[in-house]
Amino acid sequence: MSNAQDIEFGLDSFVPISVDASGRELSGDVVIRNTVEEAVLADAVGVDSFNIAEHYRKEMMDSAASIILATVAGRTKRIRLGTAVTVLSTQDPVRVYTEFATLDAVSNGRAQLIAGRGSLIESFPLFGFDLNDYEDLFEEKLDLLVRMLRDQPVTWSGKFRSPLTNQYLSPPLPKGHLPVWVGVGGNPQSVVRAARYGLPLMLAVIGGPPIRFLPLIELYKRALDKFGKPLQRIGMHSHGLVARTDQEAADIQWPHWAHVFENAAAERGWARPTMDRFQAEVDEGSLYLGSVETVATKIAWVIRLLGLSRFDLAYATGRVPHEQKMATIELYGREVIPRVRELLSDPAEEPAPRDQSPASANARSSSV
Amino acid sequence: MFSGEATERRLGIVGAGKAGTAFARAAVAAGYDVAISGSGPSDRIELIVEVLAPGARALTTDEVVAYAGVIVLAIPMHRFRQLRRDLFAGKILVDAMNYWDEIDGVDGPFATAPAGTSMLVQEWFPSARVVKSLNHLGYFKFEKSRRPRGTPGRIGMAAAGNDRSAVAAVLELIDILGFDAVDAGNLESGLALQPGGPIFGAGHSAKELSSLLSREAALLPAN
Ligand SMILES: NC(=O)c1ccc[n+]([C@@H]2O[C@H](COP(=O)([O-])OP(=O)(O)OC[C@H]3O[C@@H](n4cnc5c(N)ncnc54)[C@H](OP(=O)(O)O)[C@@H]3O)[C@@H](O)[C@H]2O)c1
Repeated sequence: MSNAQDIEFGLDSFVPISVDASGRELSGDVVIRNTVEEAVLADAVGVDSFNIAEHYRKEMMDSAASIILATVAGRTKRIRLGTAVTVLSTQDPVRVYTEFATLDAVSNGRAQLIAGRGSLIESFPLFGFDLNDYEDLFEEKLDLLVRMLRDQPVTWSGKFRSPLTNQYLSPPLPKGHLPVWVGVGGNPQSVVRAARYGLPLMLAVIGGPPIRFLPLIELYKRALDKFGKPLQRIGMHSHGLVARTDQEAADIQWPHWAHVFENAAAERGWARPTMDRFQAEVDEGSLYLGSVETVATKIAWVIRLLGLSRFDLAYATGRVPHEQKMATIELYGREVIPRVRELLSDPAEEPAPRDQSPASANARSSSV
Repeated sequence: MFSGEATERRLGIVGAGKAGTAFARAAVAAGYDVAISGSGPSDRIELIVEVLAPGARALTTDEVVAYAGVIVLAIPMHRFRQLRRDLFAGKILVDAMNYWDEIDGVDGPFATAPAGTSMLVQEWFPSARVVKSLNHLGYFKFEKSRRPRGTPGRIGMAAAGNDRSAVAAVLELIDILGFDAVDAGNLESGLALQPGGPIFGAGHSAKELSSLLSREAALLPAN
């Protein structure tokens, strides 16, 4: 765990189709403009980063993150702008480089990335990739992306795209300037890969008790050590919503949470959502939902438990209206984040022995 | 101890991901000698096994198959056809795989499989003694639900297969791993253990499992 002041608190969005107060679905373009406003508010209330996911499905408008982020860049001065995650397996790393180096330029150095294999595979048929290459694609593309960011000109060849010979990419970036994290969902080989590249680790959590990630964090640290890589930061992404009271937060989120999982139950044969399961996710699982104090206490707890130096709140699950998302962002930035920092700096609360996470040494050393 | 030919307490696991390493941890804790493999050479998973399933040994898939009479297959569904069709000849093969189109891609045969995906696994490995089991709980729930026999509230785990002595061996494995074992009938009945079925992901007691499964069986035209 880093010094409390150095911990990065982010917000992550899938740019989901939301409903208005009367329950009517908004159109995609409105949702995208609303998301820009959400990011602008996040900047104003002191959130450290705003990050957009990547899907290709009818309920999510996050298929071109860099365009939304560039718009936000033009309206903000401070907040970091990134992805959560970029499905690198089905992108051209050269294109990713040029877009995010350009985003870094227009935002005056605020771009960042989380690269992942993607937990859903809709981009494979869409872009003409073979699912059998799932592993190899990610490995190869991560390798190329990291090389472009660490050292130019690049000479490189691989299986899935044309080779590069003494290639310079524009706009140039200072070596290792743009932070790239590796997003993982629990697959141990992915954790080892992040360590092999010496990249910081982002745990993407969709549910369940966070303690289950402790062994993976141990694996990550051991693997970094084995590969002779310096210590790196560890972050976590989880869902949640903040309101004035616990009850209000649950009342806002529950119907939309139930809607998402009803659909998943129908499509994937998952168990149907129940209020008990929802409450269990709030109490012991990975929903950071409730009043400022409830959410701040839980975030501070998980940061200590896992030794995190970044926490991203995937704010609001499902079709929660824009206005309620704005309210969550306001409370998260103005009240939750300062309260978490306060809780973490309280030596009386300090667990002993002091946490030994690699990130303690230097919080902002996460770049490539 | 296993009944029948699997008298040693050895377990092989093919797949060293979230599920495979959780099965390995549980089996080591239950007193098994465990060997586990990924898709590559064993040194690729050595550290993973050392940290996530200490006590198990990391081997290649061929070595794992040679090591034990009972093998758990815990790799993504869209991958098993990369394995040699005679790989598991004569072995008890616990099919722990689930088809999910978001991970496996939209695959017609898996998606429709009227007799369940384990029938396709059996077709691919004709000489293996396929038993469908260990698939219907998430890996975390699997791990945290393990209890010694007789513990009140112990939950159930079902197994389905055509080779009855193979099923008996797997039922015993289930019990030793920490669950009340439920015989779900023949391999086709494994359909009821799949995503979308009545027991998937839920964590029922053996009694509830049995009654849900027999209700399901009554609906199956084949039974
Ligand atoms: N996750 C769960 O909670 C859960 C619970 C019950 C059942 N299952 C089922 O178990 C299977 C694995 O799921 P998972 O969540 O563990 O996935 P995962 O974390 O992605 O792990 C998959 C594992 O399979 C290995 N693998 C892939 N192709 C292989 C091959 N040809 N030969 C040997 N090993 C191979 C991979 O090894 P490399 O990295 O070396 O390629 C990796 O270790 C799936 O069918 C799933 O439905 C999962």
